[in-house]
Amino acid sequence: MSINQWCYFFLEADASPNILSVRLRSVSDSGQARVRVAITGMGMVTPIGTGIDAVWESLMQGRSGIDTITQFDASGYPTQIAAEVRDFNPELYMDRKTARHVARYCRLGLAAARMALADSGLKPEEMGPDDVGVVVSSGAGGMEEIERGHQVLIDRGIGRISPFMVPMMITDIASGLIAIELRCGGPNYAVVSACASSGHALGDAAEVIRRGDAVAMIAGGAEAAITPLLMGAFCQLGAMSKRNDDPAGSSRPFDLSRDGFIMGEGSVIMVLEEMEHARARGARIWAELLGCGSTADMYHFTAPDPHGTGAARAMRKVMQKAGVTPEDVDYVNAHGTSTPLGDLAETLAIKQALGDRASQIPISSTKSMSGHLLGAAGALEAAACVLAIARDMIPPTINLELPDPDCDLDYVPNQARPARIDVALSNSFGFGGHNACLALGRVAA
Amino acid sequence: MSDPSADQASPTSLDFAEMQELAAEILGVDPDQVQLDVSFAKDLAADSLDIVELIMAIEDRYRVSLPEEELEHMKKVGDLWAFLLAHPATAEQ
Repeated sequence: MSINQWCYFFLEADASPNILSVRLRSVSDSGQARVRVAITGMGMVTPIGTGIDAVWESLMQGRSGIDTITQFDASGYPTQIAAEVRDFNPELYMDRKTARHVARYCRLGLAAARMALADSGLKPEEMGPDDVGVVVSSGAGGMEEIERGHQVLIDRGIGRISPFMVPMMITDIASGLIAIELRCGGPNYAVVSACASSGHALGDAAEVIRRGDAVAMIAGGAEAAITPLLMGAFCQLGAMSKRNDDPAGSSRPFDLSRDGFIMGEGSVIMVLEEMEHARARGARIWAELLGCGSTADMYHFTAPDPHGTGAARAMRKVMQKAGVTPEDVDYVNAHGTSTPLGDLAETLAIKQALGDRASQIPISSTKSMSGHLLGAAGALEAAACVLAIARDMIPPTINLELPDPDCDLDYVPNQARPARIDVALSNSFGFGGHNACLALGRVAA
Repeated sequence: MSDPSADQASPTSLDFAEMQELAAEILGVDPDQVQLDVSFAKDLAADSLDIVELIMAIEDRYRVSLPEEELEHMKKVGDLWAFLLAHPATAEQ
């Protein structure tokens, strides 16, 4: 076969997705509304429940998923509590060999992806190989396998390092695993921005659909980093709560006595789908992903810009992209990690971005219940926004007993609140000064 | 071929069933599938990483060392079993 013949062959093989790309681009080029992205499925394995209904019930009841660490002996640590996923059985979602050859974050991710796909009714195996892609992110990747592998290296030498060490530790493998198991051959990678990772994953996956590179994307985050090394490292950073005798009360965003975040783990994954494709197949549309505003603080590796300027720019940017104003925003799911500096800076950011509306808009931090899922946090909180839109209820900020006078907005303290929400914003900020703000909107039936 | 002692006089106390269990656990198959005449790659869907992991487990369990040049001859379960039988001194350590 000549080179020309090869080129022709590949053009032919690519014909179907190219036609799709042209069709989608022509919509945006024609001056009509840009390609819209529907959320048609959600899956979640979290410290506050597995599956949409269990998570929603916890959010509505104000139930904390934080308790004493069971995954290793943390009794010598300054922080001995975390938000663990309990009773997770990977063999419900994958065979034993696969479960043994991937890290915990991937097991959680594959489980959530299967749930999301089932919820959406989408069948990638019956679609074109390029039609469905995956962007599932993780902040830390296979931390427990890195730590285990390093111990093996020290104790027994190079010859006993697992041949699966590399694929178990790297942060992109959840995307690869999900593509293999769920037959999704479209764009495939991870986006890493620490605790903003899954906010960016959802935002970027939506852009993949908008630019015509896929019809649907499986996107979100997966994290499982409650490990001896990472817990110790975060303790040394001074970023975590030491309220060991009161796990359920330890994550208390915007409360005067907050003393740090609580490490969490889990996975939340969504099926994003080109709106017309979703409508044509009669899919249930949970909400619309209106866009992602993405900025950098340009300030410090770990501390937030105390004025919240970078975060405010991300919030303004997404509103501009989504074509909404502060008047349109009905709810903000805060990053709200329960650190003294972070919650204050975010309050200032919300005031800058939303102006006079800031004090009228309900804001809550669901991390008060779920803990901080790091690279999966943005996806869990986007899901909280989606459910708030779909079910006309705002999840509360629990443990808000004595509000910090400098955090003087409406944080929906302690009780869920009925409200119609048409547009919600979800903030995620990561070490490195990464800011992601997602906008989610109601879709008329 | 389920009883290897019928084919080869075993000079050791090696227990084939024990090796079946070990290989089955590593390769994620049923112990009954691990028979002398089956191919690791074709019959048990083992890729090169699986083989390395299996060899590491075999080396630990039987206190043998499989040189790299031997690995390419390990196509079938029987090849591995023959190697273990041929190295009784180390196997019985």
